[in-house]
Amino acid sequence: MDSRQELLANIKRRQMWDFAFAMMGLLSLLFALVTLLALIVDLGMTGIPRINAEFFVNFPSRFAEKAGILSAWVGSFLIMVTTAFCAIPLGVAAGVYLEEYSKKNWVSQIIELNIINLAGIPSITYGLMALGLFVYKLKLGQSILTAGLTLGLLVLPIIIVTTREAIRAIPNTIREASYAMGASKWQTIRYHILPYSSGGILTGVIISLSRAIGETAPLITIGALTFIAFLPTPPIDGQFPYLNFNWLMDPFTVMPIQMFNWLSRPQPEFHVNAAATGVVLLVMTLIMNGGAIYLRSRFRKKMKW
Amino acid sequence: MRRLRERAIETVLFLAAASSVLVTIGIVGILVTESMPFFAHVSLKDFLTDTQWTPLFENARYGILPLLSGTLLSTVIALSVAIPLGTVAAAFLSEYVRPSAREILKPVLELLAAVPTVVYGYFALLFVTPLLQKIIPNLGGFNVLSAGIVIGVMIVPYVSSLSEDAMRSVPNHLREASFAVGASRMQTAFRVVIPAAFSGITSAYILGISRALGETMVVAIAAGMQPNLTINPTEPAATITAFIVQVSLGDLPHGSIGYQSIYVAGLSLLVLTLCFNIVGLWLRKKFQEKE
Repeated sequence: MDSRQELLANIKRRQMWDFAFAMMGLLSLLFALVTLLALIVDLGMTGIPRINAEFFVNFPSRFAEKAGILSAWVGSFLIMVTTAFCAIPLGVAAGVYLEEYSKKNWVSQIIELNIINLAGIPSITYGLMALGLFVYKLKLGQSILTAGLTLGLLVLPIIIVTTREAIRAIPNTIREASYAMGASKWQTIRYHILPYSSGGILTGVIISLSRAIGETAPLITIGALTFIAFLPTPPIDGQFPYLNFNWLMDPFTVMPIQMFNWLSRPQPEFHVNAAATGVVLLVMTLIMNGGAIYLRSRFRKKMKW
Repeated sequence: MRRLRERAIETVLFLAAASSVLVTIGIVGILVTESMPFFAHVSLKDFLTDTQWTPLFENARYGILPLLSGTLLSTVIALSVAIPLGTVAAAFLSEYVRPSAREILKPVLELLAAVPTVVYGYFALLFVTPLLQKIIPNLGGFNVLSAGIVIGVMIVPYVSSLSEDAMRSVPNHLREASFAVGASRMQTAFRVVIPAAFSGITSAYILGISRALGETMVVAIAAGMQPNLTINPTEPAATITAFIVQVSLGDLPHGSIGYQSIYVAGLSLLVLTLCFNIVGLWLRKKFQEKE
């Protein structure tokens, strides 16, 4: 009977530990989520009252109540466009090559190891590289183009990795069917692989752009200005050919830098402006990430191979 | 004709893939070439042993130690938040939670990594620091403690998501065997699943360490940007990244000593990250499950 009681006590003890550990897990999750909630609520309570139409159409000013984020959101938008143009074609092409073409040899192994390593390189070193290479060696200046290229390279690994994942999910039967109809490798990729993986690729693109929009440090490093009270050259021209790319070479500021600038001032009125900018940034990144999560789950459900 | 086109396309795609290697070469090449002139001014011994870092002062001193101590201090604080929280959360998500709940909880947790770092800086400076001041009354407005804690929360998803992936890829028959000999869920998690997934968990930790070492905006905003050789987390300090931001904000003539000093700082950061990556690789090799 003794050993039976011992056994029961033992089981009881283990169940208790098990329960305690589950509680710890729950608390860890809760702690992280409550922090996120506290951040959102704190930022929102301070920032939302400050947001009105004027906040979006005013330039920064030394009077906190008159200051707005016009030059910052225009800059953020143009840089996102430039980043997308640099990173998407390059990243998708690299992902397709690594998944569909590359043979198991040392070249592809170096490329793969390198992409893993790039994810661990601090973003500020991209900024240092851009300052030395794009600004001083290639003389592109502290311009929107430089910023777009920098962020493009920064988010390149994200696009490559998600493209590969999306392509890997497509079963071989699709490829075999295409080859059986006499399609070439590129035709198979162009008409079957890419369309079917477009959902996954889009998810990666959205995540990388939301990362780019919040990125601050590399842009400060390349010498983005913190006070800009003018807009870049308009991209549409009255004369032929109607499109004008001079804006690529214009100086810029972006929302995170504007927020950082207001945050580093001692006056609390500017901190309110910083919070308002933070709300705009946060809403944009949360919408983009929410969209990416939704897309991912939708495509996972829809695509049952 | 068709074969030619196919070859051309393959070549173009290969060049795109190879461009990622060019990025690495570019980063390392630029950091090394731009920081070399610095060592013509400053001896390596001064750089590694001097206890003051004041490259922009009249009486400039160039000792990396204060920046290094700031960086390591904020990283250690961040990790002591992120590793326990992230690992426990990962074990919980992988071993206890129903798959349907996990599908919701994991993306929500990943939102933590999506918040822009400058917003975290705001949160550290204007929410966490005042909160900590209620517990530690003589805490200054700028301190490494709140910056470190916030970075820690921010990198929880890096640790937990990758660890959870690693734990979930442990084959189920190992769990069943463990349950069959009477182990509880917790014992299975700690004695079977975590050891089996250790190499994946190590990768998650290494990524978390890289993020914490390279994190910039939180420390630049909340830690005070004062190079300070200390291990006291309630004091202000500067990290390598915060220094780069501080100098970049000013006017920075190409080729000046200030310009060179940010490259030296960047190179030190890269070397530091590389060291941790190598240690991680070695750990993974050592503990990799032998089939």
